[in-house]
Amino acid sequence: MGKPRVKVPKSAKAGEVITVKTLIKHKMESGRRKDKKTGKLVPRNIVNMFSASFNGEEVIKVDLHGSVSTNPYFQFQMKVPETGELAFKWADDDGNVTETSKKITVA
Amino acid sequence: MNISRRNALAIGGAALTVTLVPVSFAQAAADDAMAKAVAEFTGGADVATGGIELTTPEIAENGNTVPVGFSAPGAKRAVLLASKNPGPVVSFFTFGALSAGDASTRIRLAGTQDVVVIAEMADGSYTQVSKAVKVTIGGCGG
Repeated sequence: MGKPRVKVPKSAKAGEVITVKTLIKHKMESGRRKDKKTGKLVPRNIVNMFSASFNGEEVIKVDLHGSVSTNPYFQFQMKVPETGELAFKWADDDGNVTETSKKITVA
Repeated sequence: MNISRRNALAIGGAALTVTLVPVSFAQAAADDAMAKAVAEFTGGADVATGGIELTTPEIAENGNTVPVGFSAPGAKRAVLLASKNPGPVVSFFTFGALSAGDASTRIRLAGTQDVVVIAEMADGSYTQVSKAVKVTIGGCGG
């Protein structure tokens, strides 16, 4: 998995609804594509889970089952009740886990 | 045997049915997979329509990356389905209390088909929305 890119506002008003954008580099091998040289199917390796939690509370969790494009992109909206940390997590079929987090300050 | 006009038509009709079978069989398999995916998510409950806003392009030039977004305020869970993809389930979404019940992503579409979102609302009811997307180049290259 490549480096994730997330876009989160640094500050918000209490109770404000913000838009969060995330993208991670991943080839999202579907398991249905054949290797041109060997003619065998390339084993599936996709990001199968993405989640975002604010101060430990889950905001959104996505279980990916296929058909999501290369370099999976997710955008969602959430309410910010207080100052805290938004933690992101991605996991793929090979067992790789990537995590990152962003601070949001409520002024 | 004297083939009457009526018999000739009947034979022709039968032949036509036979040639159509493989096509409708593939169609039925896709519909079956779709129905199974829906039943798995809803547990066989009734599914109403409306209450969800689904944003898709009318025509997608490249099926490899089709932007899809939905907004189902108050939803607990949702499933995004592509009716004619080899596996119709794209993703399951679970929404927490802070979420607005919306998500946007980019998906692969094997061809022109319906994109469906079914959401389970806070009261346990199910609602769905469906939109047709025309795909010029499919995104599940073999």
